[in-house]
Amino acid sequence: MIATILNKAIAQGIPLLFGSTGEILTEKSGNLNLGIPGIMYMGGSCGIIGAYLYEQMVEVPNAFWGILIPLLASLIGSTLAALIYSFLTITLRANQNVTGLALTTFGVGFGDFFGGSITKIFANGGTLSVKTTADFFKTTLPFADDLGWFGEIFLSHGFLAYVAVIIALVAAWVLNHTRVGLHLRSVGENPATADAAGINVTKYKYLATCIGGAIAGLGGLFFVMDYTGGSWTSGGFGDRGWFAIALVIFALWKPNVGILGSFVFGGLYIAYTYIDGLSRSAVAIFNMLPYVVTIIVLILTSVRNKKENQPPASLGLPYFREER
Amino acid sequence: MQTNVKHTKEPLITITSRGRDSMPMKKAWGVRAIAIILAFILCAVVIVMVTGYNPLKVYAELFKGSFGSSRKIWNMLQELSMLLCISLAVTPAFKMKFWNIGAEGQTLMGGLAAAACMIYFGEKLPPIVFFPLMLVACVVAGLVWGIVPAYFKAKFNTNETLFTLMMNYVAVQLTSFCIVFWENPKDSNTVGVINRATQSGWLPELFGQKYLLNILIVALITVGMYIYLKYSKHGYEISVVGESENTARYVGINVKKVILRTMAISGALCGIAGLLLVSGTDHTINRDIVGGMGFTAIMVSWLAKFNPVVMSLTSFLIVFLERGAGEIATKFQLNESMSDILTGIILFFIIGCEFFIQYKVNFRKKNKEENV
Repeated sequence: MIATILNKAIAQGIPLLFGSTGEILTEKSGNLNLGIPGIMYMGGSCGIIGAYLYEQMVEVPNAFWGILIPLLASLIGSTLAALIYSFLTITLRANQNVTGLALTTFGVGFGDFFGGSITKIFANGGTLSVKTTADFFKTTLPFADDLGWFGEIFLSHGFLAYVAVIIALVAAWVLNHTRVGLHLRSVGENPATADAAGINVTKYKYLATCIGGAIAGLGGLFFVMDYTGGSWTSGGFGDRGWFAIALVIFALWKPNVGILGSFVFGGLYIAYTYIDGLSRSAVAIFNMLPYVVTIIVLILTSVRNKKENQPPASLGLPYFREER
Repeated sequence: MQTNVKHTKEPLITITSRGRDSMPMKKAWGVRAIAIILAFILCAVVIVMVTGYNPLKVYAELFKGSFGSSRKIWNMLQELSMLLCISLAVTPAFKMKFWNIGAEGQTLMGGLAAAACMIYFGEKLPPIVFFPLMLVACVVAGLVWGIVPAYFKAKFNTNETLFTLMMNYVAVQLTSFCIVFWENPKDSNTVGVINRATQSGWLPELFGQKYLLNILIVALITVGMYIYLKYSKHGYEISVVGESENTARYVGINVKKVILRTMAISGALCGIAGLLLVSGTDHTINRDIVGGMGFTAIMVSWLAKFNPVVMSLTSFLIVFLERGAGEIATKFQLNESMSDILTGIILFFIIGCEFFIQYKVNFRKKNKEENV
């Protein structure tokens, strides 16, 4: 029972983990990308479209191409979305909040439109389902069933779940223990100083935002291919994208803390289904918890004002050399 | 002037801020018009690629969405006034560079307060007592939702963008919570039309038009906001704080007070928008009643450069597009979400074109004498 809950909590947490790791990288470069929900929609829908086209093309899909094609399609879709954001905010110095919200409008529309009508465009309608390909994504580790509760909680996930954890760990290591990470953080804290020190601010901002977008897009891919088993429902992804942004705050801009945070959030997301006798009104209050907790964390970090737990100092601000 | 110094290569493109000698008004609007036309062309390309329909025919449908019949015109005006009202609400805060993206939640709280008043007092109190009471309740509800993040911003410099964003979802869950108690019929999980039979607590019709009062109220708010921002001392303080907090402090403006006061106004106006939405339009409450307008309003306000009068044009543009795209979607049996894609593309273009208004792009001049 407890093992099942934890298993479900982790499965719920993985899309959030992808999203928050991507957003942390982005925010570390000083870009507050509110387009993340849209990017995650794009990543998910491009992935499922790739899978659909592949299933249409071949008689018997094989695992290698069945995973590679949706994966690439998803990465390309979300990177392009992040590139739009980067071009507008970095090169054209547009307002980050407005650009991000526009990207979310676009991305959610893109996802729901193509997710909902791709079958109409290429065939004669019907719901979109790519179960065969999705099963490749859902393949669990071979010895998951033999290890009892441990296997059920930790080993019975599709490979993308482990990719999420690995990416988060790598991101944490890169940010804190490499020169690239140091440069990236300095760009987010004070781009003018970083520029004076010879760091290419534009390059770092572009790369961080695009790589961050690609990672966040994988969250969408995990959701459609693994969590829902290869089907698209309009608006099915819900507000998970905003949830991922909340997780960034909860994790205090640390990807490794985000791993644990995502499981906690995932648990809060589903916990009410496992508590008996919870009235519907109590469920509503329960669903409020993650947001309230995030607000409290946000307030506490600003009240305590500890240097290492703050948002990047130039978060949300544009940088233009001439305007100093 | 013969020297042997090697010139480092001049970059191909250099960008300079226009600064004081900004682009003349007419030229700036010309740039924006070009951007919108380009965006429409791109949208046409997308529509043709996806559907294969003649784009001119599609654009004719787009027009019908807002102007097809007198009912459609009224509906369009109603949506326009709601979006405009929320856009006006977020404007003073934005002008102060307080990134309030919680208008969605603040409006929802206003709507929730209106629904509560209608349910508990709508049939008990005479209208002369009821309407002021509802107004106060809505204003307070929106105000509280706006001022809490402002307090923490002023006191501890808590990031307001993230704080207000989270407050939206707290409001949504609070609405779900209330719906459980108000649902009608039982176990439907919806509130249904409140006071359907008596229509008590509904904003009255004017001249037989049910939305006219809404539209007039928003028109009044528009004029009021224009005067407030442009001619009042408060409006001046807001723009100084927005330009530079340090300057504001130096000239003796109490920055914290201005932040709190401005967010109170923002939240209160959102609360009024919620009232118009619940009592004046839908006569019910649900989680999605604001429908993302709180976010769209931010773009509307920003595109209008925080000018309330221009804002009526930008919100018209957005509403026109959304209704038109909805019309296209039903006519050609496409998915409704097409409108979001088109809106997104057009927004990208408008957002991008501001760059060419604010900055000058200089290409490297071919200079033969320089090649030493």
